[in-house]
Amino acid sequence: MTAPRTYQTEAIVIKRIKLGEADRILTIYTPGFGKIKAVAKGTRRPKSKLGGHVELLTHSRLMLARGRNLDLITQAQTIDNFLPIKDDLDRLSRGLYMAELIDSFTGEHIEDPQLFELLLETLKQLSQTTDCEPVLRYFELNLLDNLGYRPQLQHCTDCNSALKPDTNFFSPKMGGVLCHQCGFNEPMARPVSLNALKVLRLWQNCNFTAAMKVKINRELASELEQIMREYIRYLLEKQLKSTTWLDRLKAESRQV
Amino acid sequence: MSTDSTSTAEPITRLIEEFGKLPGIGPKSAQRLTYYLLRSPAGEVAALADAIRNLREKLTLCSVCLNITDTDPCAVCRDSERDHTKICIVEEPIDILPLERTKKYKGLYHVLHGVISPSDGIGPDELKFKELLERLNNSVVTEMILATNPNLEGEATAMYLQRLVAPLHIKITRLARGLPYGADLEYADDVTLSRALEGRQEM
Repeated sequence: MTAPRTYQTEAIVIKRIKLGEADRILTIYTPGFGKIKAVAKGTRRPKSKLGGHVELLTHSRLMLARGRNLDLITQAQTIDNFLPIKDDLDRLSRGLYMAELIDSFTGEHIEDPQLFELLLETLKQLSQTTDCEPVLRYFELNLLDNLGYRPQLQHCTDCNSALKPDTNFFSPKMGGVLCHQCGFNEPMARPVSLNALKVLRLWQNCNFTAAMKVKINRELASELEQIMREYIRYLLEKQLKSTTWLDRLKAESRQV
Repeated sequence: MSTDSTSTAEPITRLIEEFGKLPGIGPKSAQRLTYYLLRSPAGEVAALADAIRNLREKLTLCSVCLNITDTDPCAVCRDSERDHTKICIVEEPIDILPLERTKKYKGLYHVLHGVISPSDGIGPDELKFKELLERLNNSVVTEMILATNPNLEGEATAMYLQRLVAPLHIKITRLARGLPYGADLEYADDVTLSRALEGRQEM
């Protein structure tokens, strides 16, 4: 029996590139099919009936027709457009970073409903928050968890001894924390404060709402950002392009 | 390219290859165009060759608005009849055409040559932001009209420009975003409809 010609799915649009005169190739993340690429015809014309329903960072219900190469989006209806994200430059930039992150870490047609839920929940949290950074960190940590890169934060990843309540080290290469002694001998490891370690441990094991209740000062936020950024760069073997833009926005908002 | 270079003359294969690089032109169309030119009158072919050569040789960017022009400053920037206190920000030179076609806008333009697109590594430094700020600092401009596309990157660029220009105390406006003329309400997405409601006008 052949597969049906059309199918329906929920999806979040994470990337789109121009195709031909008025079309786009979308990269969408779905609960049942993972990441897929699909063509959205005519979406760059003002009167396109798909247009706004398949904009980046939009949660939609889609009808797709199987194509020889790429599938074709035939109908689209918005479920949540996350307008509060799109109306605010700071939130929007973080949203685009998340989209690039998930696109870089996932392969096509690998289903992961939990990852879809995480992305959806993160976009909801990002719509409501006034402090975007913890939302991003929680997303990064749990994305890595989902993909099998969960950092080991309980024991030293080298000598396996219990960590002392002291300054320890984080090593992207070892995928976790090194104790005071082992960390000293590892030039690539960076010191990690006790508070940072506590927050990361908590975020690995709690839900979003609980995670967002933690109060984090600017210094700690910046330490957590650096730890996660180094780890992600090590895993991807590249720096995500949107980080340059995020850094610039942050630097400029500090000046004002 | 499937052209057999041993049986076909070199100038022909070369032109087929060049045509083949153009968007929307496959190997077959490239062959058809080449053989068409071979049979056309010499004058027509020379005119085409001339037009192509001029495209690059005679055109530059206007030093004021950065539109593509054959005179510097361009015709719009030189025109004293136009309103030099208004400046309309567009993404690409091609966006000026539809705005001029409306015959409603008599101000000047500024072409950014792209939009902010973080995941492609395109930020303000890759675009003509510096030129815009310099221009706003030394001119009589009182209103800046943001005409970037009503999509995610266009909005991001508009929001960033608004943040950047706010300290200069220039009036900043954005093209209305709502329903296109001749469209059906049924197919409108929620963002478009929300904007249309926000921007509704008394009649």
